Amino acid sequence: MSETLTVERLTIGLPEGADRPFAVENVSLTINKGEILCVVGESGSGKSMTANALMGLLPQGVEVKSGRALFESRDVLRLSEADKQALRGAQIAMIFQEPMTALNPLMRIGDQISEVFAAHGLYTQSERRKRALDLVREVGLPDPEKIIRAYPFQLSGGQRQRAMIAMALALEPKLLIADEPTTALDVTTQAQILNLILDLRERRGMAVMFITHDFGVVAEIADQVIVMREGKVVERGDAAAVLDNPQHEYTKRLLDAIPTGKLPEARELSDTPALEIKNLCKTFRTGGGLFKPVREVRAVDDVSLTVARGEVLGLVGESGSGKSTLGRTAVRLVTPDSGHVMVGGVDLAALSEEELRRQRNKVQMVFQDPYASLNPRQRIMGALTDGPINRGVPKEQAQAKARELLEIVGLGADAAMRYPHEFSGGQRQRIGIARALAMEPELIIADEAVSALDVSIQAQVLDLLRELRERLSLSILFITHDLRVAAQLCDRIAVMQKGRLVEIGRVEDIFLNPQQEYTRQLLAAVPGADWAQPEEAMA
Amino acid sequence: MWKRFRSNMGAMIGVVLLIAVIVIALIAPLLFPDGPWQMVQRPFLAPFAVDGLPLGTDTLGRNVAAQLAYGAQVSLLVGLVSTLVALLIGVPLGALAGFYGGYADEGAMRFTEFFQTIPNFALAIVLVAIFEPTLFSITLAIAIVSWPPVARLVRAEVMSVRTREFVDAARLAGLSKPRILIQQVLPNTVSPIIVMASLMVATAILLESSLSFLGLGDPNAMSWGYMIGAARTVIRTSWWLSFFPGIAIVITVLALNLIGEGLNDAFNPHLSRKGKA
Repeated sequence: MSETLTVERLTIGLPEGADRPFAVENVSLTINKGEILCVVGESGSGKSMTANALMGLLPQGVEVKSGRALFESRDVLRLSEADKQALRGAQIAMIFQEPMTALNPLMRIGDQISEVFAAHGLYTQSERRKRALDLVREVGLPDPEKIIRAYPFQLSGGQRQRAMIAMALALEPKLLIADEPTTALDVTTQAQILNLILDLRERRGMAVMFITHDFGVVAEIADQVIVMREGKVVERGDAAAVLDNPQHEYTKRLLDAIPTGKLPEARELSDTPALEIKNLCKTFRTGGGLFKPVREVRAVDDVSLTVARGEVLGLVGESGSGKSTLGRTAVRLVTPDSGHVMVGGVDLAALSEEELRRQRNKVQMVFQDPYASLNPRQRIMGALTDGPINRGVPKEQAQAKARELLEIVGLGADAAMRYPHEFSGGQRQRIGIARALAMEPELIIADEAVSALDVSIQAQVLDLLRELRERLSLSILFITHDLRVAAQLCDRIAVMQKGRLVEIGRVEDIFLNPQQEYTRQLLAAVPGADWAQPEEAMA
Repeated sequence: MWKRFRSNMGAMIGVVLLIAVIVIALIAPLLFPDGPWQMVQRPFLAPFAVDGLPLGTDTLGRNVAAQLAYGAQVSLLVGLVSTLVALLIGVPLGALAGFYGGYADEGAMRFTEFFQTIPNFALAIVLVAIFEPTLFSITLAIAIVSWPPVARLVRAEVMSVRTREFVDAARLAGLSKPRILIQQVLPNTVSPIIVMASLMVATAILLESSLSFLGLGDPNAMSWGYMIGAARTVIRTSWWLSFFPGIAIVITVLALNLIGEGLNDAFNPHLSRKGKA
């Protein structure tokens, strides 16, 4: 097989004062024609920097120190800006993680695709248009004629990513660099995009450099794998070999940390409910003006479920399924239109604002974004004691409790006097959990609490939650889009789609014997499902 | 933060210049115990023409250097106090509008727009002309014309901070709304307010000078604008009478702008226009 790209001993220097001298150190890799190379690593491992260097998109202050990247026997790292420009798009194309920000919001999809031709001075106006249409058709966007006249905001996340891919393919590049292209997408959409990339590779014989943090995705599409850590390659090889027989300690740890869909032992559940949701409805209305009809979204549509005391109920669904709204309604950050939220004999949905403030402690929430959920200008101690002190707990006692909780979540009591920016994402999430526990709630709602974390950190936080579940017999409503994560922690799983509860049952029933078509689709879409299968059988 | 600010050449120059102006203003009574109004020599003496009068004398034979020093007092005082008053009006109004939204927002913003539709300077002139032109009324007039941008800035900042998850967390902790606003939201809007305030002091000094230039200054306070206004008729024969106060205004305003920009870069390193990381 012929080599498309050969990177030799690439070293990228970071500016002074960064946490390490090199973003990428001595990285060598080869991608052959028609081959998919997955570059795997956690955040900060330098995998995106490598890709940006190849495209000449390094941020200011970051520069290539040494090494070569041979593409068609030319060193792309040493090209002049004009040559790089000619190369980008035509020979090497790139797709990004967030298709909304990568597309120009004020340009129609068709125009954006034609612009790629225009930028390289190819074809006439009408010919560009025709080719754009062909590309839109090729990446499987529905209703091509209409799509090329649409603006990015009118498309769904998956459709936008397809449009991005269409732009990348416009000039038939020999190499496609994909930087976490499916991370922001739902599982079912992710599966479709992965299939599209596999399909295009087949048809066009492109080489693909696929950057991801998800070994499930690797199992799905990779031919070759490179595992990176702190700027260095720690392991490389055939996908099958690396996945089944990892050599390096770090790779093993990463693979162990993946939620494999291995099912936990079923536990006995108590009959007393911690949370009872009855016939809950919430409709969002937006727009509506003189000439516009009101747009209605039924976010939660007649949902009833219970979480038993000491149970972890997983609430799974794709984005827009209403699972977050359900969670926010259960803590009454959102007031439902109708229905009841019974916690400890009190209907939270019916309380007045003033009564609610006194009952707030009953249900607490752990938020998704560990960076936004702590006030950057407040010490950890303040975050943990505000609520209890407000409820009338003496200050001394609240502070003692806060220190104890910080110990419990594994941070140590001296964390209390520090500010949030001194902690990493995983540590912040532990603080978020401690904050929820400080209120002595009957129920905790974890809204995508581990989704923003790297896999190894994610595993640690899941371990913590599991430990707390045993130790404090916590009841948790665990909201997630990731079935694998839900399987690791939950006793039962509820599946939501378009505001409705599709299916609810014990984890093993949902996984091994799903009743509904939608649940089956979700399960099938989980990346690396086949690869994880043998382990599941073993369990 | 402080480190980034210190490494900014422009900002440090601004700080040095501003400190110099402040020191001159503070020690003016020591340097010129006779005050700025005292006639000390014959009129229209050029700079360095007579020993002890490095900047010469004005149309009535008063010491220009003394006038400049006392003028610094007025400029700085008016600039600082009017900015403080503008913040006192703008911050609460913007915060309430941004945090509570709905009718509070509508009401507060229409009120703000009412002020924004009238040109700043024209409104200031009218206000000073209605009141007696005293330091107090000038300061108040400047404050009244300069708070609307503060209110809009604070409103926008509060609106964006309000949607962050830690605010939801504070609600779940059972904190009351006013407490969430004061304790959780407002501290996170401080940096842009500080930057804006430093630039507002500069604008206020310019406004005060303009008012004095038009003869709407406090007749009992020497100010740079008044000096330039008085020297207007003799600008061709005695250039130094308008030149030095002009330079003083330029230096002070420039210093404050440099500091403001330095603060901005220090608070928002990602938006810094310079590429040096």
